[in-house]
Amino acid sequence: MNSHYLVRLGLLTLVLVFAGCSGVGTREDAAQSGAEIIEGGSGAETAGAGAGGRWSGSPLDDPANPLSSRKIYFDFDRSDIRPEYVEVLRAHAAYLAATPGATISIEGHCDERGSREYNIGLGERRANAVLRFLEAEGVNPSQLVTISYGEERPEELGHDEAAWSMNRRAVLVY
Amino acid sequence: MLRTRLIPFLLSLLVLATAPVQALDIEITQGVEGALPIAIVPFPYSGEQSPPSQDIAAIVGADLARSGRFKTLPLADMLARPSRPEEVDFRDWRALNMENLLIGEVLPNGPAGFMVRFRLFDVFRGEQVTGFSFPTTQNDLRATAHRIADLIYEELIGQRGAFSTRIAYITSTRNSQGEERVHLEVSDSDGHNAQVIVSSDEPLMSPAWSPDGRQIAYVSFEGGTPAIWAQEVRTGKRERLTAYKGINGAPAWSPDGRQLALTLSKDGNPDIFVMDIRRRSLRALTRHWAIDTEPAWSPDGKHIVFTSDRGGAPQIYRVPVSGGQAERVTFEGSYNARASYTPDGRYLSMVTRVGGAYRIGLLDTRSGSLEIMSRGRLDESPSIAPNGSMIIYAGRDNGQGVLQAVSTDGRVRQRLATRSGDVREPAWSPYHQEERN
Repeated sequence: MNSHYLVRLGLLTLVLVFAGCSGVGTREDAAQSGAEIIEGGSGAETAGAGAGGRWSGSPLDDPANPLSSRKIYFDFDRSDIRPEYVEVLRAHAAYLAATPGATISIEGHCDERGSREYNIGLGERRANAVLRFLEAEGVNPSQLVTISYGEERPEELGHDEAAWSMNRRAVLVY
Repeated sequence: MLRTRLIPFLLSLLVLATAPVQALDIEITQGVEGALPIAIVPFPYSGEQSPPSQDIAAIVGADLARSGRFKTLPLADMLARPSRPEEVDFRDWRALNMENLLIGEVLPNGPAGFMVRFRLFDVFRGEQVTGFSFPTTQNDLRATAHRIADLIYEELIGQRGAFSTRIAYITSTRNSQGEERVHLEVSDSDGHNAQVIVSSDEPLMSPAWSPDGRQIAYVSFEGGTPAIWAQEVRTGKRERLTAYKGINGAPAWSPDGRQLALTLSKDGNPDIFVMDIRRRSLRALTRHWAIDTEPAWSPDGKHIVFTSDRGGAPQIYRVPVSGGQAERVTFEGSYNARASYTPDGRYLSMVTRVGGAYRIGLLDTRSGSLEIMSRGRLDESPSIAPNGSMIIYAGRDNGQGVLQAVSTDGRVRQRLATRSGDVREPAWSPYHQEERN
């Protein structure tokens, strides 16, 4: 009981710290600090968890924590989750299951090849693959929304496989 | 379920009624061997009031030359510059191997108007082929010139001209931070009068003209999720047609303008729906676990073709608008998508993969043969001119997104680009219904 209370206190503290640290930061601040700029969020929905570690911010931003990894990549015209991303997605699932107040938007993206509206469909399929994985791992569906950007929001602007492989992705946006 | 409502958004901040922007530059990259030689003599102006601000003959000449089917005589080579029939000596033009001669003049017409009078001659026979007088105004001079080019094209090529039409397309620019701003623009078919009609930081996609040319439906991600909008081109007034959960995409107007085919994934995965636009009622046309998207109507309004990967890879399928079983249309190649019919209903243009390249293919639905029309590596979004003469599509040239056009016989090629940024998703307008009665 007592330890539960401490965890909750720790969570609250971390939420406040996190809000103070990055909630009001500008894009330039984030860029200068080397932090990842998270697109599309409607505000500071983020919450901290995992009190007791040496990392003083949110576990989501702890580079040593698998939760800091929010992007998974796909093969061409495929939406199955590659084995190397299972661990990362399980960490997110555990975090979300333990943090019912947290919600994420799962973005699906494609490389630029082929037609744009088909790629919107393919991007949605990728986002749904992540959604289903997280749900199967026990995440409440109400914490998850998906959106497909197709090929409209490339991460890399090049026109070769190096860029394409970075653009075939799903992004977890807290 | 009923997230879509009749919300007439009058000119939100996003929509700009008329914002002139840089023109599209069009260059002919391949013309027809043995194009028709035509002499187009400058139209003089005789009047007291301020002269016309546009050179009618130059616009007509540029239209005809851009089609690749005409070769215009340079001004410097002309032996005479007649503007009236009695001034024409056909020997001057035979000596220059001209087959046709266009002369004309601009006269005052009321306090602020003009009358443009022109005559087209067959040089060899020494006869007038056609001639018209058009009343016009300072603002409509370019439109009048395009109409004249349309008439000459129809008279000499035997096919209605499409110079009076317009093109909608998406442009994209990035600032120094790499942030993208996208615009939906409309220009005349010669790239002039380019105007931004929507501007956004979020994706804009899939512009589609209504069959009367008055509205454009498109997908906008403004506010963070996709919705389909229909906007009046002239006024900028717009309405949101759908904003369901998931995909709202690929709008396509029926030939009678009463229905809109579209893609929605509200029921779990992308399917084709048909909306009655006035009643806003929806009917599912496909129900399949695959991606079904990119609907396009047959010219008779009886069928819809669409892209589906139900067979494992994207291919084109066809379904009656009344509903029923979808049948596969494409069998050649491992990737065929985004089909649309030529106006005669015989051919389907589409994106097709050739080796590692994505090119524009033209499928003859009678013979089943697929002809590769483009030469790029990342060609997409084909759209066919309303007279069936050209396919305009998006491609890449030295890393820049450009538009290209190829005649449906493959003989003429054009390139259309802005001076900076990318251009993509061209949509050729239909003929304007008011144009002919």
